[in-house]
Amino acid sequence: MTRSDDIIITSNGLGYITNSASHPESLVKPPMAPTAGEDTIEIKIEFGGGLHLLFSSQPTHKINIPRNIPNSEDGQPQPVNMRYLVKWMKSNLLSEREEMFGDGDGVRPGILVLINDADWELEGELEYELRDRDEVVFISTLHGG
Amino acid sequence: MPPTPCSLCHIARALVKRPKTGQQVCKDCFFEVFETEVHNTITEGKGIFERGEKVAIGASGGKDSTVLAHVLSVLNKRYDYGLDLFLLSIDEGITGYRDDSLETVKQNQIEYGLPLKILSYNELYGWTMDKIVEQVGRRNNCTFCGVFRRQALDRGAAQLGVDHIVTGHNADDIAETVLMNIMRGDIARLGRCTAVTTQSEDTIKRSKPFKYAYEKEIVMYAYFKKLTYFSTECIYSPDAYRGHARVFLKDLEAIRPSAIVDIIHSGESFQLEQSVQKGMKAMQTCLRCGYISSNDLCKACALLEGLEAGLDRSALRQTQANSSTAPEGHRTIPMFERYSNIGVSQPSATEGIEKAVQAIEIK
Repeated sequence: MTRSDDIIITSNGLGYITNSASHPESLVKPPMAPTAGEDTIEIKIEFGGGLHLLFSSQPTHKINIPRNIPNSEDGQPQPVNMRYLVKWMKSNLLSEREEMFGDGDGVRPGILVLINDADWELEGELEYELRDRDEVVFISTLHGG
Repeated sequence: MPPTPCSLCHIARALVKRPKTGQQVCKDCFFEVFETEVHNTITEGKGIFERGEKVAIGASGGKDSTVLAHVLSVLNKRYDYGLDLFLLSIDEGITGYRDDSLETVKQNQIEYGLPLKILSYNELYGWTMDKIVEQVGRRNNCTFCGVFRRQALDRGAAQLGVDHIVTGHNADDIAETVLMNIMRGDIARLGRCTAVTTQSEDTIKRSKPFKYAYEKEIVMYAYFKKLTYFSTECIYSPDAYRGHARVFLKDLEAIRPSAIVDIIHSGESFQLEQSVQKGMKAMQTCLRCGYISSNDLCKACALLEGLEAGLDRSALRQTQANSSTAPEGHRTIPMFERYSNIGVSQPSATEGIEKAVQAIEIK
């Protein structure tokens, strides 16, 4: 990665502008950005309630995902959503025991999801469209009290 | 989706969707409704507490007990219950689980300024859960832990001189218990498990102020208030029977969130038929340790005897030994003193243990 002022060039030659000049290094090495021509956005993911144990025991992750993804019906680009993020996490971040996190397309019942400190049920759950610098928190409630 | 205003104050942005009511509320309104509902559970009818009562909070360092310690301290001050609060913690001897969570309880002690007492299975029974699981395996170990913990809480409370124990059992826990008792046909427990305060003769009152509080709301409360708690599943729990009830309940909650309080309500509404009631056993005291029991030997003494003799399975059935004295060389539980002398350094507990130690002859 090279830096020049506020423009960051990612490893495959794409560039995007950020507001903050002190762009911190990702805690987890992000996978290659997908097909050329698409922007990426940065998402901060946090885990609570012991969930981090499924994700290389790291409680926070900063990742990059494509800004737009092809619509499943007509292939037209649509903004990336939570559904994509969950699937992405299962393939790229989850280090073990997928059934403890995912349940079909969504997350296992008993895992709370907060987007920018708000309950994801208020934001449309899996259909919520992610924006750059969103913070998503996954908290597990499935443990002793 | 555009931010929706809170349905209570209509000013701040809604951050939480309450599972109980479906309402969308902001952070401050959420704190208020949560705390007020717990207050209502406590003061409903004649109220759980009496002024000046000494109350021990069963603290494990987990989310429920941490939030309970916090909320109870807050409400005690806000509504002037006049309670004397203590933290009581039980160390079951599970490495990697309990030893870490006890650190959290010690933190709570400092944060809320409440006196703390820790009692361990090892000092009380001479067995840790790790040793028990080694001997018994993983299917029935939760029975041992539950029975031993119940007694340990009572003994700890007696040593502290408290009249009342509160635990952090939440709505999900109680609904799971109702389902479990139905699935196993346990009539006796079904009648008792939904009461907010339970008490039999000669045991200390126990209450569950979080009876109607959803687990999800407790977690959200802890998250927004930034309360520190310990959160890992007990390493022995994945094979427990309760796990089945929990999975079922969570699936129900995902479809219809009000299912949890509805199940509790059903549990409360059960009425036992006359003929069934007459068939149930009356309460007596254990011949060996004096704790309350429905048989000659209380469950804990029976289980302990089974452990000592290496006959783990037999103790779990109803057949009881007839003798009130333990076989030679077996450890026994010290005599249960309801009102112990706390001024002197707990003579009843240590005396009993010394006698037990002397009784063990190493040949």
